[in-house]
Amino acid sequence: MARLVVDPVNRIEGHLRIEAQLEGGKISDAWSSGTMFRGIEMILQGRDPREAWIWAQRICGVCTMVHAIASVRAVENALQIEVPDNAHIVRNLIAGSQMVQDHVIHFYHLHALDWVDVAAALKADPAKTSQIAQSISDYEKSSTTYFRGIQQRVKGVVDSGQLSLFASGYWGHPAYKLPPEVNLLAVAHYLEALAWQKDFIRIHAALGGKNPHPQTFLVGGMTTAMDPNEPAAVINPDTITFLRDLAKSARKFVDQVYIPDVLAIAPLYSDWFSRGEGLGNFLCYGDYGSSGANDPSSFLFPRGIVMNHDISKVLPVDPGKITEAVDHSWYEYSGGNGNGKHPSVGETNPKYTGPKPPFEQLDVDKKYSWLKSPRYDGKPMEVGPLARMVVGYAAGQPEIRAAVNGALKALNAQPAVLFSTLGRIAARALETQIMAKHLEDWVDELDNNLSHGKTAIFNPVRWDPSTWPDHAAGYGWHEAPRGSLGHWVEISGRSIKNYQAVVPSTWNAGPRDGQGQRGAYEASLLNTPVADPDRPLEILRTIHSFDPCIACAVHVLDANGRRFTLPNVR
Amino acid sequence: MLSQDLELKQALAKRGITRRQLVKFCSGVLATLALPERYLAQTVAAVGKARKPVLVWLQFQDCTGCSESMLRSSHPDVADVVLDLLSWEYHEVIMAGAGGHATAILDRVVKEEKGKYLVVVEGAIPTGDDGVYCTIGGHSAMEIAETVCRNAAATIAVGACAFDGGLVRSNPNPTGALGVHEAVPGIKVINMSGCPHNAANTAAVLVHYLTFNDLPALDQYNRPLFAYGRIIHDQCERRAHYDAGRFVTEWGDEGHRKGWCLYKMGCKGPVGTFNCPIVQWNDHTSWPVRAGHGCIACAAPRFWDHMSPFYERVPNVPGFGVEVTAGEIGVGLVGATIAGVTAHGLIKMIKPVPKPEPAAETTPQQGREN
Repeated sequence: MARLVVDPVNRIEGHLRIEAQLEGGKISDAWSSGTMFRGIEMILQGRDPREAWIWAQRICGVCTMVHAIASVRAVENALQIEVPDNAHIVRNLIAGSQMVQDHVIHFYHLHALDWVDVAAALKADPAKTSQIAQSISDYEKSSTTYFRGIQQRVKGVVDSGQLSLFASGYWGHPAYKLPPEVNLLAVAHYLEALAWQKDFIRIHAALGGKNPHPQTFLVGGMTTAMDPNEPAAVINPDTITFLRDLAKSARKFVDQVYIPDVLAIAPLYSDWFSRGEGLGNFLCYGDYGSSGANDPSSFLFPRGIVMNHDISKVLPVDPGKITEAVDHSWYEYSGGNGNGKHPSVGETNPKYTGPKPPFEQLDVDKKYSWLKSPRYDGKPMEVGPLARMVVGYAAGQPEIRAAVNGALKALNAQPAVLFSTLGRIAARALETQIMAKHLEDWVDELDNNLSHGKTAIFNPVRWDPSTWPDHAAGYGWHEAPRGSLGHWVEISGRSIKNYQAVVPSTWNAGPRDGQGQRGAYEASLLNTPVADPDRPLEILRTIHSFDPCIACAVHVLDANGRRFTLPNVR
Repeated sequence: MLSQDLELKQALAKRGITRRQLVKFCSGVLATLALPERYLAQTVAAVGKARKPVLVWLQFQDCTGCSESMLRSSHPDVADVVLDLLSWEYHEVIMAGAGGHATAILDRVVKEEKGKYLVVVEGAIPTGDDGVYCTIGGHSAMEIAETVCRNAAATIAVGACAFDGGLVRSNPNPTGALGVHEAVPGIKVINMSGCPHNAANTAAVLVHYLTFNDLPALDQYNRPLFAYGRIIHDQCERRAHYDAGRFVTEWGDEGHRKGWCLYKMGCKGPVGTFNCPIVQWNDHTSWPVRAGHGCIACAAPRFWDHMSPFYERVPNVPGFGVEVTAGEIGVGLVGATIAGVTAHGLIKMIKPVPKPEPAAETTPQQGREN
């Protein structure tokens, strides 16, 4: 049977191509390919490590700031810099608000249209939608008039014959199961979330100057100077009020809109609790410590590994067991393919051997992606919200256990349902709820320090490069919205010798390795039924449940400091 | 006039918006564009048209930060822009459909709306090795840009990467990345530089185009003067501290807490032009200098190579005053830098500029690699 190709995969960050083989209406095999390459780590070589974060941040503008935090942590680790408490808190606030905002955007704007039929919302009775809305939440925008107004707006777009963003949707696809009234509810919240996200993310403007790409990180702290008596200080009592209001708005939106919507929609798609299972191996570096990035015992999301769905035990994470393979990636290793390399001694020589564009199909028996294949102890792993919730649940983190058990009870389900497409969606929602609550705690901590005159936010001891050793190396980890992120840096002669990022979507979206072990996307698509190969909605559902970020996932560095030679097209 | 009003009212009713909402929306846009209120009626009429102009948004070697920046648009509101102002028919990060269903729409727009639609480009275009570094649906970014931009009424290049290759083109430019005006020469293009672009400016350009069927006044880099015409340093809220000689000398010091000038911490405000201090970000909440970090001149040509190291001080900034324009100082100084550079980390190489050269004598270094 002909190969099914989805390219571009829409509603993701970056350029992703999925090829799938169908047999008897189900996917018998799948291949995930990243089709864009920039070479950012190559560009970083020779530059000032203190500004690496400004460059690395541009790896991604959707999960903006995650590469900034991983980068400053890597350099701080290499130069052995302790960061003041306030800087930790501000970083937690920036990263935590990123996670909340990013997950809301993912659910409503990147994922919802896989489950919500916008056209069907026109058939809804707004009064019934209002009843449903009021039965699941106290959110105030729930009147019949409100939902009628939303419906009119959608009708206006449809009647105009110019469907804008909705023009290419699979409307009327048999896999859409929601009643018209729930479709209308979700469309209303699509628009509400669009308005809320831009309002809420002003928290990044306050603490980062702007979003995307906030600009207040420093190796050694943050630029957000604090002073309780100084109106011109970035963090003063007015700022605290502003932050607190936005943190409260996050908690309200998540508690009253996002969580109720997920819990209302999920049972109507219960077959997706047993599809999209994937690898069953989960990795979480852990993060959001109350005492910084170097004390895993204080992490909100615990560090650990769960293998083969076995939540009875959590294995420790050994940084030395992380490798990247290139057997099916458009790169070459000097010693030949076959053995993965640790990121601290990683090596990358890009060598494109795919078909010359324009092309119809990739040769998936050979190399077929710009992503590498990260492995832990030789095994492919899933990272991200589900990994965080599974590892946290298995580790007995009380907040995570309570959140997961609460959701399972509401859905009348067993923990096994977590290992699925819907499980990823539910896990993302639950961690958003946990994070939204902690935003207020961090604002309180910052307020407390400010009012007690504890205002240090930068450690100047290693700012001057003349204080550095001739050679230093380190790594920085962060739990980004899409999962475990690591940056490795080697500093020599006060400039960057090597830089390597191993990124969440590389773990999830990477191709097979030399042993033929599939990556997480590829594994999760197996056995998924596809009702209409021309409109492969089911593929989108599972791929989108990972929240792909492909610009992040493609990266390269020549660890030996060589310039790589540009590849020839064969 | 009356029949026009009636027509407008009917058109709006069909789209589910009131005239009042529309007028409010247009007033906000005119303010960003610094256009007088007398253009309001014209703007309202143009924006309220029954058939919306078509826009497609292409993403190449990007980080999607410029798409995200667009989603932060507050005045006009992002939903108004993508649903009511324009028919926003192709944009990979937010459109409903995938694969062939999506690219079919792009094909249809190029064919049926030839010469009438707008295209926004985000990200650089890799020209090395037959374009293998970025493919969509099996087609190279080069091929897609050539087809879609060539047939559009105008191309809006958003962000540093689409402007001149941005970070992707930085030394050693591994993929042969270029900005749109270089990769697809000869097209009508407006550059909205910045990392990312500021959605307030881009939305204003869109409305300007819809109202006057033309682009606003541009500088020599094809950037709109209303947004890129003035030096950041001259618009900066910390400027009085510079003039008084009050500088931050260490992060977190007394000057830093009191909002003094960041020049000595490497701020590139004196050599960058942008309306960042005025328009600011995220619904006018803040901008990087207010948040305590120096400007990196992200709207300047080839800023990644030419403005870094970002923590090195810009040498010998003369005591210029507010009367000096961007063309005379910002571009002149940057131009002098560009002309002599061979690698990154070059701000150190800038020689004192006793009398800045006129802007007209500097041009972007098209297609030249370091």
